[in-house]
Amino acid sequence: MSITVYVPGDSAALALGADEVVAALTAEATKLGSGFRIVRNGSRGLFWLEPLVEVVTDHGRIAYGPVTAADIPGLFAANFLTGGNHPLHLGNIEVFPYLARQQRVTLRRTGVIDPRSLGDYQAHGGGKGLDLARNLAPADIVRMVTDSGLRGRGGAAFPTGIKWKTVLDASTTQKYIVCNADEGDSGTFSDRMQMEGDPCCLFEGMAIAGLAAGANKGYIYVRSEYPHAIATLNAALEAAGDWLGEFRIEVRKAAGAYVCGEETAMLESIEGKRGIVRSKPPLPAISGLFGQPTVINNVITFASVPDILAQGASFYREMGVGRSRGTLPFQLAGNIKYGGLVEVPFGLTLRELLYDFGGGSRSGRPLRAVQVGGPLGAYLPESQFDTVLDYEAFAAVGAVLGHGGIVAFDDTVDMAKQARYAMKFCALESCGKCTPCRIGSTRGVEIIDRISAGQIDQIELLRDLCDTMTHGSMCAMGSMTPYPVLSSLNHFPEDFQ
Amino acid sequence: MTDISSDIVQSIVAAKRELPGALLPILHDIQHALGYLPGEVVPLIAKQLNLSRAEVHGVITYYHHFRQTPPGSHVVHVCCAEACQANGSEALAAHARERLKDSDLTLEPVYCLGLCSIGPAVQIDETTLHARVTPEKFDALIGALGERS
Ligand SMILES: Cc1cc2nc3c(=O)[nH]c(=O)nc-3n(C[C@H](O)[C@H](O)[C@H](O)COP(=O)(O)O)c2cc1C
Ligand code: SF4
Ligand code: FES
Repeated sequence: MSITVYVPGDSAALALGADEVVAALTAEATKLGSGFRIVRNGSRGLFWLEPLVEVVTDHGRIAYGPVTAADIPGLFAANFLTGGNHPLHLGNIEVFPYLARQQRVTLRRTGVIDPRSLGDYQAHGGGKGLDLARNLAPADIVRMVTDSGLRGRGGAAFPTGIKWKTVLDASTTQKYIVCNADEGDSGTFSDRMQMEGDPCCLFEGMAIAGLAAGANKGYIYVRSEYPHAIATLNAALEAAGDWLGEFRIEVRKAAGAYVCGEETAMLESIEGKRGIVRSKPPLPAISGLFGQPTVINNVITFASVPDILAQGASFYREMGVGRSRGTLPFQLAGNIKYGGLVEVPFGLTLRELLYDFGGGSRSGRPLRAVQVGGPLGAYLPESQFDTVLDYEAFAAVGAVLGHGGIVAFDDTVDMAKQARYAMKFCALESCGKCTPCRIGSTRGVEIIDRISAGQIDQIELLRDLCDTMTHGSMCAMGSMTPYPVLSSLNHFPEDFQ
Repeated sequence: MTDISSDIVQSIVAAKRELPGALLPILHDIQHALGYLPGEVVPLIAKQLNLSRAEVHGVITYYHHFRQTPPGSHVVHVCCAEACQANGSEALAAHARERLKDSDLTLEPVYCLGLCSIGPAVQIDETTLHARVTPEKFDALIGALGERS
């Protein structure tokens, strides 16, 4: 039996030299006359160990990392093909503490399988949810999703089942399923990892949504900054053939506008227009893509559905705390020692993620501020690190969990600068439809500049402006930019002196 | 636009015009083929898709990804979003501006590449990614580009 070696093809692994590792492996193998099969899997999300090379042995998948091309001759000399000892040897990766302490559900196949192989997906339990859904009435599928407690993972945490029911109840012949893969938030990469590591799970979730809502056409809107994800999605779709039956999926490439992650701006963009936010109502579930009822969900939301069908609503519902049910793939980013993907049920504290998983800062200095939930999320000071990772607990301290991105900063951070950046980003990305956001963000930058130049009396004006943006903006771009600004001001006033 | 480019544009439009919401896919394909979107493509696309020129122009200018002028020999994107800021991207971006000041490379900011645990992140020509880029590593990457071209 031939030996199988896994070398991730995930963007993060590529950025750290995975292709060079593959080239060196192949060259050395040719030289030594050694034969094995290389599979380009996704990443397990232990980024300080990428490129993480795994060899399938009788004792499980033995991992080595971080491997560079220069390490390859030494790895052969150490008989890594049979799991031999070497300074980079990490043992059986499945029991590696960072992974073993997680509860991988939605991303459990990411980094494990060949993302472009439907056969591999099915051999690892994929496809069962869709098989079951095919024998259920649409209303029963919707009920299972509702009962699971699943809430949208794109940021707003709206109950998924309720959204699906609205589309199911709409009586038109043409409906659509749209996957929001715009993942514009800094500090987030779970959508990317899912698409690059286990795209079939996303397709399956979308096809189940199609059965539930009565739609036979799906779009995946992927940001243009993710060319590798787009390539993997297209290759996997091709390989999946007619597995999804009547349901057809098309990948659409976005064009670098953050606000097109807002669902109605995304619809405009797919329709071929400028990505300007639509006024609501009507809800997209009533009048969405091309004016038809449309289910819009995030990548992780769809990818969570197959397991809910296959293992039952209560399996999912039993995990989590309060009204936050199931798991969330958190993303540890920024100045953090062990950055990566941590999928756990809701309920740990932010501190546990930052220190027990993340190991504190990468720089070795104390962590001072942590932004959770992307550019529109609040900065949390050390005194709030014990907040429980739960949508409502975060709301209670004036913060948001959003898409689960966690960006750590050490004590060299200047919070007035971060507040200014939040306003600047809003000015850059505003769709321009409403004044508080379009003009207010530019005024915000100017006011913060004046404060930084010593005009402390302008702080009140900044608060007023934030109030106007919060209450007068049409979408969260304008109404939530005050989160990072005010949290910086409230928790780190010394930086504004 | 040369005759050849014009043929390319015509065939791209012909291949995609029946897609619902065909404009973005068409613009992507043209930019991929020509490196940018010359002004001459606007009336051509407008006519084929039954849109006004203003609508096509408006879409091209709305999106950061689309360019109306030819880029340099390579496009270098330095991530300037929060997670990379936490790892020193501001200093890297300043260094990059200085280093590429008189070069024929195009330097642009990008707001997240999904490599937020291993920043500062850099992307060169869309598909080549680099992590934990220090100013020294940046110079080496740019040096390697020079050798190739
Ligand atoms: C400015 C802005 C950007 C957004 N970006 C994204 C995004 O990149 N991905 C995403 O899934 N949702 C994003 N959202 C949220 C979407 O509008 C929408 O709530 C979500 O796609 C619904 O899917 P879900 O219920 O599965 O979360 C954004 C919202 C706003 C206001
Ligand atoms: S808040 Fe900003 S992004 Fe949202 S609709 Fe208004 S101008 Fe557009
Ligand atoms: S913030 Fe730079 S890659 Fe995400």
